[in-house]
Amino acid sequence: MEYLIGIQGPDFVLVAADNVAASSIIQMKHDYDKMFKLSEKILLLCVGEAGDTVQFAEYIQKNVQLYKMRNGYELSPAAAANFTRKNLADYLRSRTPYHVNLLLAGYDDTDGPGLYYMDYLSSLAKAPFAAHGYGAYLTLSILDRYYRPDLSRDEAVDLLKKCGEELNKRFILNLPSFTVRLIDKEGIHDLEKLTLGTK
Amino acid sequence: MSGSAADCQYWERLLAKECRLYRLRNNHRISVAAASKLLSNMMLGYRGMGLSMGSMICGWDKEGPGLYYVDDNGTRLSGRMFSTGCGNSYAYGVVDSGYKENMTVEEAYELGRRGIAHATHRDAYSGGVVNMYHMQEDGWIKVCKEDVSELIHKYRKGMF
Repeated sequence: MEYLIGIQGPDFVLVAADNVAASSIIQMKHDYDKMFKLSEKILLLCVGEAGDTVQFAEYIQKNVQLYKMRNGYELSPAAAANFTRKNLADYLRSRTPYHVNLLLAGYDDTDGPGLYYMDYLSSLAKAPFAAHGYGAYLTLSILDRYYRPDLSRDEAVDLLKKCGEELNKRFILNLPSFTVRLIDKEGIHDLEKLTLGTK
Repeated sequence: MSGSAADCQYWERLLAKECRLYRLRNNHRISVAAASKLLSNMMLGYRGMGLSMGSMICGWDKEGPGLYYVDDNGTRLSGRMFSTGCGNSYAYGVVDSGYKENMTVEEAYELGRRGIAHATHRDAYSGGVVNMYHMQEDGWIKVCKEDVSELIHKYRKGMF
């Protein structure tokens, strides 16, 4: 039902998430933000079981902030991703596993942009593009077909729009709008919401 | 409150206790966001243990009016309109279609009444009375306590 997507460029990462907060067959909110700001240049996109998502994401968010307070500098995106994965793995075989699927996007001043895909079984993969949710079945092939490592920001947004249009056309569930953000060396930027009207 | 009556009564009474303690300790009233977060964290402490509660915390703080939906999964959502319980879909239908941007207070009362009445008409597990409260800036007032069967009788001319 929920959808996350990330596209990495040569010096940026573009991420988007749908805005629906659903309960059974009802859309309880149409403007829900599924992105959590871990630090100035790291975003965590989180979907999954109700309650678990916010709880787990806020836990990671607070711990990343704590690291900065204790040590005086921020965790890198790679370190944050591995920290997140370790937490997910530790809880996996406990009485209360967290059923969450994540995308972690960040910009490291030394290594550049990075996009990390994680799922509820605590697998972790660094990827040039990634998606979560049923929508991924429709859009990953579009990303395979049109992605290039040297995409410009506008081309990446166009690719994102292509994915959104496909969901609007073929996905059985209505996902009317998506929050879009871009991370680069300047930090996190809010881009215009992607809204798709009638087909 | 919807779901298990026992859970609703217990946890909301516990929340009232915590809010009162907050006021005594900090010398100002707790915000709606904080109160709802206290409740949702109580729910999360018991995740997987079969609690059943769907509730809405509504109030007024320095940010203005606030409404939060909190349930037994630990879901906590801020919004302008929510409905909970097994008849919630019916209530959403009536309230969404009758909603106008600049409603008067009386129109809002009637819309709320309609939402509950129509939901209790269609949903087998809902019924009884409409207890309506209006949360104003300086506190809540009880607006009405109306029997739904009488309301449905009143509305029957306009219904199918």
